[in-house]
Amino acid sequence: MAKEKKARRPVDPNSAKYKLGKIVEDHYRELQEAKDRGEKIGWCASNFPQEIFQTLGLKVGYPENQAAAIAARGAGEKLCVHAEDSGYSNDICAYARVNLAYMDLKDVPEQNMPQPDFLLCCNNICNCMIKWYENISKELDIPLILIDIPFNPDYEVSDEQVAYVKAQFLAAIKQLEEITGKKWDDEKFKEVMEISNRTSRAWLEATAYTKYHPSPLNGFDLLNHMAVAVCARGTVEAAEAFETLLEEYKQSVQDGTSTFRGEEKYRIMFEGIACWPHLRATATGLKSRGINMVATIYADAFGFIYDDFDGLIRAYCKVPNSINLEKARDMRIDIAKRTDTEGLLVHTNRSCKLWSGFMYEMSRQIGEACDIPVTSFDGDQADPRNFSEAQYETRVEGLTEIMEMRKEAK
Amino acid sequence: MVIAGTGTKGPEQAVEEALNAANLSIEDIAFTLATGYGRNGYEAADAVMSELSCHTRGTRHIFPNVRTIIDIGGQDAKVMSVNDKGQMTNFLMNDKCAAGTGRFLDVMATILQLDINDLEKEAAKSENPVKISSTCTVFAESEVISQLSTGVSMPDLVAGICESVAIRVSSLAKRIGVKEDVCMSGGVAKNGGVRNAMSRVLGVEIHYSPMAQLIGALGAALIGYDKYNKLKKESN
Repeated sequence: MAKEKKARRPVDPNSAKYKLGKIVEDHYRELQEAKDRGEKIGWCASNFPQEIFQTLGLKVGYPENQAAAIAARGAGEKLCVHAEDSGYSNDICAYARVNLAYMDLKDVPEQNMPQPDFLLCCNNICNCMIKWYENISKELDIPLILIDIPFNPDYEVSDEQVAYVKAQFLAAIKQLEEITGKKWDDEKFKEVMEISNRTSRAWLEATAYTKYHPSPLNGFDLLNHMAVAVCARGTVEAAEAFETLLEEYKQSVQDGTSTFRGEEKYRIMFEGIACWPHLRATATGLKSRGINMVATIYADAFGFIYDDFDGLIRAYCKVPNSINLEKARDMRIDIAKRTDTEGLLVHTNRSCKLWSGFMYEMSRQIGEACDIPVTSFDGDQADPRNFSEAQYETRVEGLTEIMEMRKEAK
Repeated sequence: MVIAGTGTKGPEQAVEEALNAANLSIEDIAFTLATGYGRNGYEAADAVMSELSCHTRGTRHIFPNVRTIIDIGGQDAKVMSVNDKGQMTNFLMNDKCAAGTGRFLDVMATILQLDINDLEKEAAKSENPVKISSTCTVFAESEVISQLSTGVSMPDLVAGICESVAIRVSSLAKRIGVKEDVCMSGGVAKNGGVRNAMSRVLGVEIHYSPMAQLIGALGAALIGYDKYNKLKKESN
C-alpha cells in the first residue's frame, strides 16, 4: 500500500517564515500584474541597488533568484542543456545558462517570471554578467543599462571610485525615467533609504544570532531568506519580516530551541553560493553529522547600511565579489571568530570562476588564521551535473573526523 | 584483494576470502569498520570511517614520523597533513575529474597494452620523458595515442604519464604545505615511476611501504580495534 503523504502543518501567518515566503510570492505576482497593466518591467542583477527602482516605483525581476528557484526545483539541467543546444558553452555560469534558456522558452513551471522591457546590470558581482545581459538585450532588442563597478584591488573604497560609479547611477536614473516615464523623487529616496537601512539592521542583527550555542537557526535557512534581502530590502514588508525573524531568534535563544533539528555538535562556515540542485544532499550530509552552518558571508553581504546617496554607492562598491582578497578574507575571519566556527566547507562552484578561483588561497588563509580545518567539494549553483554525492560525503566526513578529534583532544 | 563488485557483493567476497586465509569464521570477528566509497552500503559494519582517517592511521602505524601523506587511489587523490601526535589536521582532495588518480594510470596501461605493474620498469628505462598535458583522462588517452604514432619510445611515454600524475597531485601537496616525512599510500604508491617523479617534483624523499595498497584497510582495522576496546571499556 502506498504510504500516506504527511499533511504539511499550516504556517503561522504571524511567523517570519510566512511573511518572508509571502514577500517572494508577492514579488513575482506584482511583477506579472505590472506587466499585465502594460507597465515596463526590468530584469536586474542581484547587486544592483534595489533602492533605485523602489524610489522610481518600478518592478523588476531577478534572473539569479529565478535561476536558483528553478535549479532547487529540479529543472536546472533541462535549462542548462537547452542553452547549450543553443550554442552556449557549459563553462559559463549556470545562472546565465538557465536564464538565457528561460528567455527563449518563456514558460518554465518551476518558476515563471514575465519577460523584460529593459535590463539593469552591474558588474560588481561578476563580469560574465555583462555578456549575459548584452545577449538578452540583443536577442530581445531591449535597452540595457550597464553600471561598471570595477573590482577594487585596494582595501577601502576610494572617493574617486564612488564618484565614477555615482555618475553612472545618476545617468541610469535619467535613462530609467525616459524608458518608463516614472519620476525620481529625492524625498521618496530618503524614505526608501530609511526603510532599507531598517531592513538591513534587522537582517544583520538576526543573522548575528548564529553566535549563540546552539545557534537558534539552521544556517541553511538564511539561503532562503536571502531572496527577500535581494528583491525587497527597500520595502516595509521586508523590514517587518526580518524584525519578526529577529524576535523569533531572540525567543529561541531564551527557550534554548533552534530550527536546526538534532544536536548541534559542530559549527562550520559554508563558503559559496548554495548547491541549489543538490540542496537536500548537501544539507543532509551536514545535518546527519550534527553539523550546523553558523557562518556565511551572506550574513554580512546583504546588510547595506548608509546615510545618503554617496553612502549607497559606497556600499555597493564593496559587495563580496568586488573586493580584494585581503578584505574578503578579513570579513570572513571576523564572522568565523564571532561564531566560534570549527571548520570551513568550501563549495567550489563551477559556475562562479571568480568566487571559486580566489577561494583556493583565501580558504587556506582563513584556515590558518582561525586554526580550523578546511575542505572543499565540487558543485554548481544550478547545473546538477557538476556534483558527486559520494565525493561530497567523503570530504564532509573527513572534516567531521578532524573536528571530532580536535574536540576530544580539548 | 577483491577489486570489483558493487553494493555488498565485493565486500562479502573479500570478507569470505580473508576469513578463509586466516582460518577464521565470521563469529570470530568482534567489530567491523568499513571505509572507502562503499562504506555506507556495507550493512555488516559496526562503524564507518572515511579513508582519509584510515590512511592517516595506517601510514602513521608504519611510519611514525610521517607529517604529509599522499594517497593516490583508484577514484581520487588526497593529501593529508599530520601533526606530531599522528592526527590528521587538514586534507585536500583532487577536484573536477579523474586526472591524477589510479584510474588514469589504468586507462593508460590498457591502451599501451602493458600490465599496470610494468609501468615502473618501463619508466625506469626512459631518457627523455614526454609531456602529457591534457587534464582530461580521455583527452590524455588520445594524446598518448598520437604520441605513439609519432614514434616516441614506450619508456619515454610511460615516464611522461607517471610524471603527469605526479605533477597534478604534487600541486595538492604544495597547496597544503609539504612537511617531512612524506609518505605515499594507496595503490599508485607501488608505482616507482610516479613515486620517483613525485620525489623530484617536491624535492623530498618519499617513503612508501610495499603494502601501500592495504594501508587504508590497516588503518581501518586499527581504528576498529580502538573503537571496540573503547566500547568494551564503557560497557564494563
